[in-house]
Formats: sequence, structure tokens, C-alpha cells
Amino acid sequence: MGKIGRFGKFGGQYVPETVMNAVSELQEAYEKYRNDPEFLKELHDLYQNYAFRPSLLYYAEKMTKDLGGAKIYIKREDLNHTGSHKINNALGQVLLAKHMGKKRVIAETGAGQHGVATATICAYFDMECEVYMGREDMERQALNVYRMELLGAKVTGVDSGTATLKDAINEAMRDWATNIATTFYCIGSVMGPHPYPTMVRDFQKIIGEEAKKQILAAEGKLPDCVVACVGGGSNAMGIFYDFIPDQSVRLVGAEAGGRGIDTIEHAATLSKGDLGIFHGMKSIFLQNEEGQIAPVYSISAGLDYPGIGPEHAYLHETGRADYMSITDEESVQAFEYLSKTEGIIPAIESAHAVAAALKIAPTMNPDQIMIINLSGRGDKDVQQIARYRGVNLNA
Amino acid sequence: MPNRIDQKFEELKSQNKKALITYIAAGDGGYDLTEQAVLAMEKNGADIVEIGVPFSDPIAEGPVIQAASLRAIRDYHTTLKGVFELVKKLRTQTDMPLLLMLYANTIFRTGTDYFFEKCREVGIDGVIVPDLPFEEHDEFQDAAERNQIYNISLVTPASTGRIAKIASQAQGFLYCVSSVGVTGMRDNFDTDFDAFFSEIANASNIPYCVGFGIRDGKTAHRMSTYCDGVIVGSAIVNKIGEHGQQAVPEIAALCQELRAGLDQA
Repeated sequence: MGKIGRFGKFGGQYVPETVMNAVSELQEAYEKYRNDPEFLKELHDLYQNYAFRPSLLYYAEKMTKDLGGAKIYIKREDLNHTGSHKINNALGQVLLAKHMGKKRVIAETGAGQHGVATATICAYFDMECEVYMGREDMERQALNVYRMELLGAKVTGVDSGTATLKDAINEAMRDWATNIATTFYCIGSVMGPHPYPTMVRDFQKIIGEEAKKQILAAEGKLPDCVVACVGGGSNAMGIFYDFIPDQSVRLVGAEAGGRGIDTIEHAATLSKGDLGIFHGMKSIFLQNEEGQIAPVYSISAGLDYPGIGPEHAYLHETGRADYMSITDEESVQAFEYLSKTEGIIPAIESAHAVAAALKIAPTMNPDQIMIINLSGRGDKDVQQIARYRGVNLNA
Repeated sequence: MPNRIDQKFEELKSQNKKALITYIAAGDGGYDLTEQAVLAMEKNGADIVEIGVPFSDPIAEGPVIQAASLRAIRDYHTTLKGVFELVKKLRTQTDMPLLLMLYANTIFRTGTDYFFEKCREVGIDGVIVPDLPFEEHDEFQDAAERNQIYNISLVTPASTGRIAKIASQAQGFLYCVSSVGVTGMRDNFDTDFDAFFSEIANASNIPYCVGFGIRDGKTAHRMSTYCDGVIVGSAIVNKIGEHGQQAVPEIAALCQELRAGLDQA
């Protein structure tokens, strides 16, 4: 008892009794379908023919030359349908919801990418969709709000707490507890009660599986370093997972350092957080000494979360993965750098991974290989970056 | 020493009375208001009081208790340390069972052993942790038992197939949630109470009380026919939302009404 869905001491199922049967029902359904050949065939067919997988592994030649260190490849999750890795998980979960006979899907969203992905798949499967989004994030990501509405989803603004991602999750959990019989909660990251951290990672692990095949085909060897940004941590778990047994591969997660981790305005959970129990899991959270969850900040709405998935907490504790924090300014510089150098505008979330790569790659040798997971495209962020740089687009 | 919760239910049983359990968010309006309200509730018919420790992210709460938690934290800087002081003070004035209702992280972050030792020291009799299901019950159980603090278990209409196992390890009383969803006053219930409570009656060896949605004497009376008592939270907390520092007489009046509803034949 109490030991299922654990990664070391992290994980678990700390949810109200009202949703516990739904969690168990999901757990059973997922156990049934995770190795079901029919389900997996349907999922992989959708990955390929709807989400546009496999995504490219792109050799960033100019960046490699410019930095003068490791040979850099970019895993182009930004080229997926809907523009980010979030489609992989949304496809998996909504397909599972359909098999479970659920008619209504709810989701939380931060930057809007998971909300858009979920709304998209719900449109595809003719399912009712409601997305909870912090009011603050709705303003930062107005375009994605309209996009979700175009796709037929209802977007519900959340004003409670800090009006960002954690509050959207709180509200989605309350909805789930209220509409438990009909509703499937499609969580967007490798977080929440078991089975979510495992299930979401399994739906995302295609990223790393593809990247491994692609790099072996291109270079005939494994990469030396894999870099991804980490909020809840789904794109990072997705690309890390298949490389975990390969001890020679260094895994690096880039957290949101906001205005600096010595200020109070950041979301660098592993750098500054403590062990706690929240949102269904035992993991690391930014919190005060009495356990109140901290208001967090990042320029990136998708990394603006005070916790991290339990498997990352475990990889951090065991030292299998390294985590570093990237400030707003560093991420904006990386956003501009990748745009100008490679002609690829990254999501501001993914720009945190690019910024980490800009620090690490020059310290590596030219015979070494680095893969950056470019989790999403940056169109949604252009307006905000302009504002950050003091450019008035409406003048 | 027997737990005050057990003693209270025995006393109520011998008097053939139903339990009135009330909830208040600690520090909403300040500690003094909480103190006065708790004593007023006892004086006006409450048998047991749950003192809510405000949490930044109360996922099991509806809008009324969410707002109270926010007021307590933001406007009155309520802390667990302050709540312990409050309970200590209350304990010199009342012998009624006092429970803390709080989220798992508040206990865990404070330090599980220290938390339960402190509960015993100040005179807390039980805790209710809304985000600690049966599956994670072990998290606090050793420390709670070592300090003779009951960890109250919840069952809900969505607990199909789980009621027996939950009831088997329940202590004090079983907290039966009247309907799915979050806390709050309801205009109607869509739960099949006969089926729900007959399953509970078969499984439970301890008293069971119902909460979520009870707002007045009428709903208290109706719900008490199914069980050993009722739990009223949002309706009380709402009085502080509406009347602020003048809420105590309102809360007293509501308790009288609830008590009358329960005592009605």
C-alpha cells in the first residue's frame, strides 16, 4: 500500500477520495492498453498520419560552427502538428479516454500548447473539451486562447491564487471531482497522481526513441549530451527516457530561472525547492517553511510551475540527470540566437534548452554530439519577446 | 487516555442525539475571531469543531472556503504555528473534541513527527487530510498513532467498492461526503442516499457523519436521518465572509438552527 507509482520516494497518489476511483479506473485502463497491440497500432498511426511523426533530427551546422564545441543536433518537436511535443501526450490520453467511453475531456494549460493539443484531438474525435487556463496566462497567450476556441473547446479562465498554471490545475482537479463519472482529465505533463507521470512519459518517450535511431543512423553512435527544458518535465522525460540506461549520455534539464534564482521571481524547482506533497504527488516544490506553495515566475508560461514531475526529482536525486537554471534574459537571447543563426524560432520554453546548450556545447569537443530537444515553435511568443525588448508592435 | 472524539460519540449515543460538527477556517478574520467563534459554536450546540488550517492551494474546497483560506493567509498571515497557539488557548476553555483539517503538505513540510507531537501537546484529537486517500494512509499513520491523534477517513459517493476497506481502518468517525465535487452549499443532492448509507452502515463499526452541502436546519435534519451526525463548513465560513468581525452572533444563530434541526424528532 502506498508504494505504487513511485520513483524512489517520489510519486504516489495524494488525491482526494472523490477522484480516487477515477484514478484507479485510469490506472487499470492504462495497464490494459499500454501493451495492447491494437491500441498501440492506432496510436502510432495517429502519430504518423495526424501528428506528422517522426519529427526531424536536424543537424544545426551553423550553430555547431559558431560555438566551436560539440556537434549539435536539434530534435524538431516544433514541427509536429499544433507546434509542440504536447500533441504526443494529448493523442495518447484522448485516445485512451475514447476507449474508456468518456465523452468529456478537461485539461489545464500554461502556455496554451497542451490546451491547443488537447482541443485539437478532441475536435478530431468529436469529444467535448474544456480547458482551464490562468487569467494571467490567457493574457500572455491570447492567440492560443482563440486557437482553442476555434477548435471548439471552451476555455475557462482561472482567477484564484496566482492565476497561472498551478491554479489551472487546481481548478481542473475540482472540475474532475465534480464530474467524475463522465470526465477524463488529460494532464499535460509528467506530474499528478500515478499513473499520470508514467503514462505521460510513455506517450512522450517516442521523442527519445526516434532521436536515438536517428542519431545512430546519422552518426553511428550515441550522443554525449541531451538537453531539454523542464517545467513539469514532459518533453524532457520524453527525450531522456530511452537514454537513461546509456550511462555515457549526459542528460541536462533547463529550469526557468526567471529574474534569477537569488530573487523570489523564478520557477527553478530543483535548484531551490524542497520535498513536499502537492497535486497528487510527492516531489520537489517551491514552497515556504510552512508548506504554502510559492508563487512562481518565469517569462515562459509553460515553465511557470512550482513543482516538477516525480521521475525528474528521482533522476536529480540519483544524479542521473543534471538540472540548471536559465534566466529570462538568457532564454530571450537564445530565442534570438536560434532565430538568427538557424532560421528557427523556438518556443520561449524551448529557448531555455537552447540557452543551456549555448553554455554547455562550447565546453565539449568537436567529436562529441549534443541533441537539443526543441519542444515547440515560437510563433506564440513573438509578441511577448517584442514587449520584453521594448518594441511596440501596435505603433 | 481515551480520545475525546470517542467519548463525545458515546455521550451523544447515550442521550440519543446526533452530532453537530462544524468547520471554521482558522485566522479568517484573525485568531481572536476564530477563538470566539469556536466557543460560540460549542455554546450553541456544536459537539465537535474542525479547525481548517489555510492552504495556498485548497484543491478540495469550493469557492467559499477558498476565499476564507485566502483571507486568512493574505490578510491575517495565518500560520500553522499560530493555529497551534490558538488551539492551546482554546484548550484552556473547552473540553470538546477539536480537529485540524489541513492538506498533506502542511503536515509533511512541518515534519510529520513534530506535527503530531505538537497536536498532542496542544490538545488536538484528530486530523482530516482531504488529499490523503486510503492508498497513502500510511504516510502519517505511525506518527498519528504514536500521539493518539485520529486520522479521520473520508468516503464519497464515488467510493464504489472502496467503502469497506476504508471503513475497516477508520478511527473516530467516518466522514461521508454527501455528493461528488468540492465543499460548498448545495441546492440539491443527486446522490442515492439510501444505497450510499446502507453500504456505509454495513461496513462501519464506528459512527459516521455526513458533510458537504449542509446549509441550514432543514438540510441538517434531512441528512441526519441517514447517519450519526452532520458536518457543516461553508455555511459557517460564509458568515465570516458576509459579516466579518460581526459574524459571531450570526454563527451562533446558525448553530442553534442546525442543532434544532438535528434534535427535531
